[in-house]
Amino acid sequence: MAISLRTLDDGAWVSVADERRTGVSELWRVRGVCDCPLAEFVVEGITDVAVDGRTVAAGTYGRCIRCGCSTSTTPIPVGRIVDGCYEPIDRDAVRRPVETTRPSDRKR
Amino acid sequence: MRFGGRSKRRDPAIGNADRYPVAPGRIDAEGRFRTLSPPDGNEMPTDVERWKSETYGNEIREHLLEFAEQGWESIPEDERDAWFERFKWWGLYHQRSGQESYFMMRIGTPNGVLEPGQLRVVAEIADEYARGPAENPEFGAAYCDWTTRQSIQLHWIRLEDVPEIFETLEANGLSTQQACGDSWRNIVGCPIAGKDRHEFVDALPVAMDLHETFKGDDDHANLPRKWKVSVTGCREGCGQGDINDLAFEPAEKDGRRGFNVRVGGGLARNEPRFARDIDVFVEPDAVEAVAGGLSALFREYGDREDRYSARSKFLVDEWGAEKVRRVLQEEFVEFELEPAGEDLREEYTYNAGRTGGAAAADLPDGGHNDHVGVHEQADGNYYVGLNVLVGRMGVDDVHELADLADEYGSGEVRLTQRQNVLVTDVPEDRLDAFLAEPLLADYSPAPDPFMRGSIACTGTEFCSLSIVETKNRQVRYARWLKEHVDLPDDVDEFHVHLSGCTASCAQPQIADVSLRGMKTRKDGEPVEALDIGLGGGLGEDPRFAEWVGQRVPADEVPGAIATLIDRFRDRRADGEGFRAFIERLDAEGDLEELIEPAETSYEDPYMHNTKMTWYPYADDDGMDTSPAPARADGTPIPSED
Ligand code: SF4
Repeated sequence: MAISLRTLDDGAWVSVADERRTGVSELWRVRGVCDCPLAEFVVEGITDVAVDGRTVAAGTYGRCIRCGCSTSTTPIPVGRIVDGCYEPIDRDAVRRPVETTRPSDRKR
Repeated sequence: MRFGGRSKRRDPAIGNADRYPVAPGRIDAEGRFRTLSPPDGNEMPTDVERWKSETYGNEIREHLLEFAEQGWESIPEDERDAWFERFKWWGLYHQRSGQESYFMMRIGTPNGVLEPGQLRVVAEIADEYARGPAENPEFGAAYCDWTTRQSIQLHWIRLEDVPEIFETLEANGLSTQQACGDSWRNIVGCPIAGKDRHEFVDALPVAMDLHETFKGDDDHANLPRKWKVSVTGCREGCGQGDINDLAFEPAEKDGRRGFNVRVGGGLARNEPRFARDIDVFVEPDAVEAVAGGLSALFREYGDREDRYSARSKFLVDEWGAEKVRRVLQEEFVEFELEPAGEDLREEYTYNAGRTGGAAAADLPDGGHNDHVGVHEQADGNYYVGLNVLVGRMGVDDVHELADLADEYGSGEVRLTQRQNVLVTDVPEDRLDAFLAEPLLADYSPAPDPFMRGSIACTGTEFCSLSIVETKNRQVRYARWLKEHVDLPDDVDEFHVHLSGCTASCAQPQIADVSLRGMKTRKDGEPVEALDIGLGGGLGEDPRFAEWVGQRVPADEVPGAIATLIDRFRDRRADGEGFRAFIERLDAEGDLEELIEPAETSYEDPYMHNTKMTWYPYADDDGMDTSPAPARADGTPIPSED
């Protein structure tokens, strides 16, 4: 099993196996990126791609359209490696960054 | 290290792929995910830097042509990211998802100059090769985009056609070299350089010399990030130097005419900067040495670890202008740098807020805010600036424009940084006949202010980074505003710039009204929205727009602009220009009350998430109906799974 994993086009995509699998401008439901109980987060750019076991996660910057908070995030899950293949997380799934600092540190 | 450096460094030869499994990750002491080092320990800070270190610059061309010869499918699947990144250096940018195998092609026209005959070549190429699987409802099946950096963009280009296109372009003195990628981009400047009646110093030979020298120069081919250069010789300031990585601006020292130097401007990434004055004066014949020195300084000291902080503006932030000057002097130029001369910024009129009322009354002789209209050249002929709404022309119109330029002028056409075109060298006795040509009804030299002031980037139609639809939307905005909103009688220019994301290709921060792509919810549904900013512009004291409206649903933006204009009319001091008005209200803390988003008779067909379509205007626009990727003849390539 061999899969390359990276950001592409200056933060426009998460590329998995040289295929653009997750892109910016999507609206994610995320906990813990701002003071909202559940942020509606517009992903404006992808800064990092990380993997932990089977979970692929992307560091991002973007904005919660509920409260308007602009923030950079620690990696947020975007997909999983199952049987050597990448499966994106359902678009409507509730996500949680794998590790966060206090929101006040991240607001710009 | 950053994530991504995990494939083994491989031989640059085509098809020699080597792969490793996804590395197990770990969480480091700061709580950040980190992958383990690649198995061979051969680390580069980013994949892009690794790809560049293997194959970059001129040598990409032979690979590109070989892939083109063998067809799209010959690019090894596991090398596509690398090759698409490299193709940018030769002006090819892979279009967004749903449009795989099609490319945007950018042609760099230095200083926006299209020599006689070149526009016709561009029209012929667009006509033959820039036709995709669906039509744009406003612009048809094939069109040309004039960009805010005086370049040309064509879409739906197939890799297989690239050799023929290159051959035709190059036989006619045109090129896509370094139009994108991490290097010297198209050099911009005053579009009327060399012909301007009031010009302070002729910047055209300087810009052309930089173009000749640094296009294809291996020493400057691989920079940490893009490098945008502007050369201005006019008194109006229309080279827009302030928003470039490197700017040469007209100045005088001890009776000698030349340029002052500024470094580190740019608008992208929510971090706009104006270029900083590094206190250097150069005469025209020393520009090349100083420009090369600064490019080398950026090459050596720019940040290759993190592409998000790689632009020269961040280096200037970190070092300060004084250190840039000192290092330039100590390490990169061999002669003594002279301190800055006296500049002409006080005279600048271009996008300087000196329109309307009292502000317009004290314009210097010949000063203008843009290049639209009929203007006399230094040689007694005229140039005619035609307004191209959002910078896009259907290909039949481009053919017609090329004919008219031949018939009435010298055949030369120039592109401006406001996405417009200039037909130059029209003799006075031919002016009336030219102005009566039917094409000029659509591309007017005396347009409505909202048509004239509109700029839009590419947006979700083709662009990977975009959040919203832009060009067709701005066309509809301009038409609606023209129909329904009256500016005060003494205000005849008004700039509205729409960018689909924070990369800011439409230069929203330097417009009267800045629009930038976002999303919001309306009636419970996610819809395309825009942030609204006010009062940006260039000139002696350039100013970025103040963001006053967040996430305004796109169909409520025309209403917001209508209230803005009403309130401007009501509250402006006698003869006060729009920019001065915004500055005053900003100081008084009243800016946000100026806009009141509301639905109006304006209708927006692009409120849904246009990025989730394969093409926003296709009848059947669902991603699963995408005809891409496609073979050279346009037949879709079936997916393997
Ligand atoms: S501003 Fe953003 S959306 Fe518009 S063309 Fe540039 S990168 Fe694309």
